[in-house]
Amino acid sequence: MTTASPTLKRARRLMQPTAAILLTVLLLGVPFMIIIFTAGKDQGAALNPDLSPPATWQLWSNLATVLDEGNMVQALFGSLLVMVPSVLLVLVLGSLASWILARRSSRSMAVLYALAISGIVLPPAVVTIVLLLRQLGLAGTAIGMISVYTGMYLSTVIFFVTGFIRTIPMELEEAARMDGAGPFRVFWKVIVPLLTPTLATASILICLYIWNDVFYALFVIGGRIDTLPLNLFDVASAGLYLQRWHMIFSYIILMSLPLLTVFVFLQRKIISGITSGAVK
Amino acid sequence: MTTTLLPARRKDQPRDARLADRRSRQDHPSWFLWPALAMLVIFFFTPTIYNFVYAFTDWSSFKSEIGFVGFDNFVKLLQNGSLLSDLRVTLIYAILVAIFQNLFGLGLALVLERDTRINRFARAAFFVPVIMSALAVGYVFQAILKPDGVLNNFLTTLTGGEVSIPWLGSTTWTIVVVAIIHAWKWMGLSMLIYLAGLKTINEEVIEAAQLDGAGYWRIFKAVRWPLLAPAVTFNFATALLGSMNGFDIVQATTAGGPGGSTELLNIFIFRTFGQGLFAQATAMSLVLFLVVALLAFPVIIYLRRRERVL
Repeated sequence: MTTASPTLKRARRLMQPTAAILLTVLLLGVPFMIIIFTAGKDQGAALNPDLSPPATWQLWSNLATVLDEGNMVQALFGSLLVMVPSVLLVLVLGSLASWILARRSSRSMAVLYALAISGIVLPPAVVTIVLLLRQLGLAGTAIGMISVYTGMYLSTVIFFVTGFIRTIPMELEEAARMDGAGPFRVFWKVIVPLLTPTLATASILICLYIWNDVFYALFVIGGRIDTLPLNLFDVASAGLYLQRWHMIFSYIILMSLPLLTVFVFLQRKIISGITSGAVK
Repeated sequence: MTTTLLPARRKDQPRDARLADRRSRQDHPSWFLWPALAMLVIFFFTPTIYNFVYAFTDWSSFKSEIGFVGFDNFVKLLQNGSLLSDLRVTLIYAILVAIFQNLFGLGLALVLERDTRINRFARAAFFVPVIMSALAVGYVFQAILKPDGVLNNFLTTLTGGEVSIPWLGSTTWTIVVVAIIHAWKWMGLSMLIYLAGLKTINEEVIEAAQLDGAGYWRIFKAVRWPLLAPAVTFNFATALLGSMNGFDIVQATTAGGPGGSTELLNIFIFRTFGQGLFAQATAMSLVLFLVVALLAFPVIIYLRRRERVL
């Protein structure tokens, strides 16, 4: 090792950055370039998506066409309509419950906690959910979809938040209680401010799941409410048959933009939030 | 002194415990739990319990009343072969995804480990597929892997001969290809978790090994890999159990074909539900639930035990 020549050392030092760049270009650059180039072509040139840049760029007009033909504005509102209330509900109900689950140590609480987080691994019963929603008169409605997402992702929030609350020293609560604060005040003034980073991470994950969900949406609101992934499913099902790859790829670009923008601005926080929660 | 104190304390203890218990109930009242529990019970557990009921009925879109039929749905699914074949496909798919996603994720984490500007950029870039829609990822790869698609064209120019491998048309290998696409989409998440795991390893342990003359691979095998156990547990369990519940990528690339060789349980459930055969879809949904439940506990316990041994 100590006898390595300077040139060999320099070669070794260059190896890692070269590998990093090569991997990024091959594994990500190539697919992303195919997406952008194809979305910029006309139908004839886009028949076989490849790495050749379009002869004449028509990305903007393709994006405008798909925005209109794919009903993307309506679908955007549909996506927001089911995502925003679900995320808020999951965070509020989940952290309220987590506080109790973290602080009370009876055996029944341990059982409740195990049941509450079982949804992280257990698959939701997607067919009978539809039956239940029909019985409740919520089939095909936004409220039905929101309730289903809430039931599905509460487990994730409870898991993250309960784990975090257990690391908060009890003395902080006691101090507030000495000053005569009731349970709700203690929760709101002491616990919630400390929870913000954990809740941010959990909400990012859940936004990601709901924004991109097509499976559960197909069962619960398919054909009734448009969401971006549901419309992509329709656009692609028709588009594949017609070989309209430029339209499909334009749709994919527009649909990915909102989350991508959020990610670009918050990437450091998102990455550190996710990694600190997973491995203890 | 201890002899006089001990009995007294023993007498006091139950009252103390009861007092503490009552106080903790006042300070952390149960009603905080009820809204979340209500949502869980109504919208998660009730449908699951329904699964155990309606899988044994003839519920369908073709008639209005629902009657019990015993194990008829399961017999039908066994007889037409879809139960065993879909179950096998789902298990193979989940195992392949878990292997590839961990290999890719760990490989990326090891390459991008040092905190340089290039590496920070690359880490963020590899997270972009994670935030993309899985359905979208599936369509992109369908275009790339077409018989006359960009991958075959590239291989044609590379080898000189005409290459037209049916990447998505093989009853044997397509499941591997689709599992690799799934792993490609999620490898950024595994990478982040491995990076976090690598960071928790004490520098001094590695320096000690270096002083003993151990090379990169020896240190990795003997020191770092064992210490990565918690990250492996998390990544392997989430990849395996998550892909058991997979749908989007397979639906977008093969829709279960060719010849049902990539038909996951969820693809069957979606298709059968669309045909109005609700009870059969429910029966398959129950099968998925039972398999994941049966797998989840041994997998997690096994991986946890591996952590403890080390």
